[in-house]
Amino acid sequence: MYDQEKCKFAKTHEWAFVDGDTATVGISDHAQHEISDIVFVELPQKGAQVKAGERCCVIESVKSASDIFSPVSGEVVEVNESVTADPSLVNREAHGAGWLFKVKMSDAKELDSLLTFEDYKATL
Amino acid sequence: MEKELKKTALYDVCLAAGGKMVDFHGWLLPVQYEGIIAEHKAVREAAGMFDVSHMGQIYFTGKDAYKFLQSVATNDYKLEAGRGAYAHILNEAGGIIDDIIAFCLNEEEFLVVVNSAARDKDYAWFKKKAEGFDVAVRDASDEFSMLALQGPKALDYLEQLDPCIKQLKRFWIKKVSLFGADCYVTRTGYTGEDGVEIMGPHETIKELFKWCLSNGFKPCGLGARDVLRLEAGYLLSGSDMDESRNPYEASCGWVVKLNKEQDFTAKDIMARVKAEGVKERLMGFKVKGAGIAREGCAVYKDGKKIGSLTSATYSPLFKAIGAGYVPSGIQDGDAVEIEIRGRLVAAQAVKMPFYKNI
Repeated sequence: MYDQEKCKFAKTHEWAFVDGDTATVGISDHAQHEISDIVFVELPQKGAQVKAGERCCVIESVKSASDIFSPVSGEVVEVNESVTADPSLVNREAHGAGWLFKVKMSDAKELDSLLTFEDYKATL
Repeated sequence: MEKELKKTALYDVCLAAGGKMVDFHGWLLPVQYEGIIAEHKAVREAAGMFDVSHMGQIYFTGKDAYKFLQSVATNDYKLEAGRGAYAHILNEAGGIIDDIIAFCLNEEEFLVVVNSAARDKDYAWFKKKAEGFDVAVRDASDEFSMLALQGPKALDYLEQLDPCIKQLKRFWIKKVSLFGADCYVTRTGYTGEDGVEIMGPHETIKELFKWCLSNGFKPCGLGARDVLRLEAGYLLSGSDMDESRNPYEASCGWVVKLNKEQDFTAKDIMARVKAEGVKERLMGFKVKGAGIAREGCAVYKDGKKIGSLTSATYSPLFKAIGAGYVPSGIQDGDAVEIEIRGRLVAAQAVKMPFYKNI
């Protein structure tokens, strides 16, 4: 689900863990910390088409709403209902149980433009 | 060049306590420390403290101090020394310039506490209106730091510091010597919980902050303060009311005392507004469907836009709440819809406050 060494990161603070042609997407621990108390998560619909770099869901804290951008393009094949039911799961385990959705990738080459954890860390 | 942000005298201690600083109307103030939910909980269940040193203190002093205050404020200040009251300051057209709490120190001296963002505007207005009155209007804001100490346990904790604090009655003011300096303690707040606000010299209030930190108070930021005040139905000057709204529209008719002995700015207009009724008024809203309403969200009734939210937030007690001006026919309990990111979400109009504990 999440492996720091294998995960790729977007500058907009999402991570993607790739297994075959499917990417599991979440937000970075840094992002959850910045957003602070997460109280509402609006996930994309299962079956929806998402595009790399485009807004696809929203995470809300007490005082603000943050757009989440998909790091890869493709079809949403699964969403994490656990974070809809308990949004604070994203705060507690951004890099694990607090993942958001899974995308069946349409263009694996997009991964090349994402960052390694070390490179992402350097952008913070 | 960007204008340099002002720091309160408590900036360093707030930062050291873990405060995340943001620009609030030109002031660097903590928006949160541990987190808004934990801070909200501390104030509702125990005790929290807020640096509110950005707020303004203006003295009215002189033979006509009472008459002058009566003439610029809507509430009746026929009060004994030591008492205070909330009021609105109106422009000539009856629009709300700001809301204040003024305290009678003695017959010839009143202390007026004003909002930080409106401080300069209020002061200029008072100076202008003071012509013809034997009164000195003095902005003493820079001499004071101010801490709000709020929550059901706040007074118990403060009793250890000085037993007289707990005896102070609601909306009264008392001069108390703390850490060797005179401070004003008022039994007031902006959270919906019992507590006090303490104004005093900068170094003294800094000492008080440190004492409170090690005596049960959780440091809280502007984020929690905004959630707490909206739950308690307290309006935010400049957002929930401004010069385009009058007190009756703001659902604050009770602060307009048409029968007080002294005339006041826009009294005739207020009398007419009261008699004729208002077309729109401020109502509270609870979101019933999924989503969190935010300031600016449109309110719909039967498919027609009827208003928009002037304040809105996630609330740990009520999920998503807001306030906004809608036609005065909208009643407590009415079903409405709020547009959240392009989607109409079910909501209910409610009479504020959402939460009442004092």
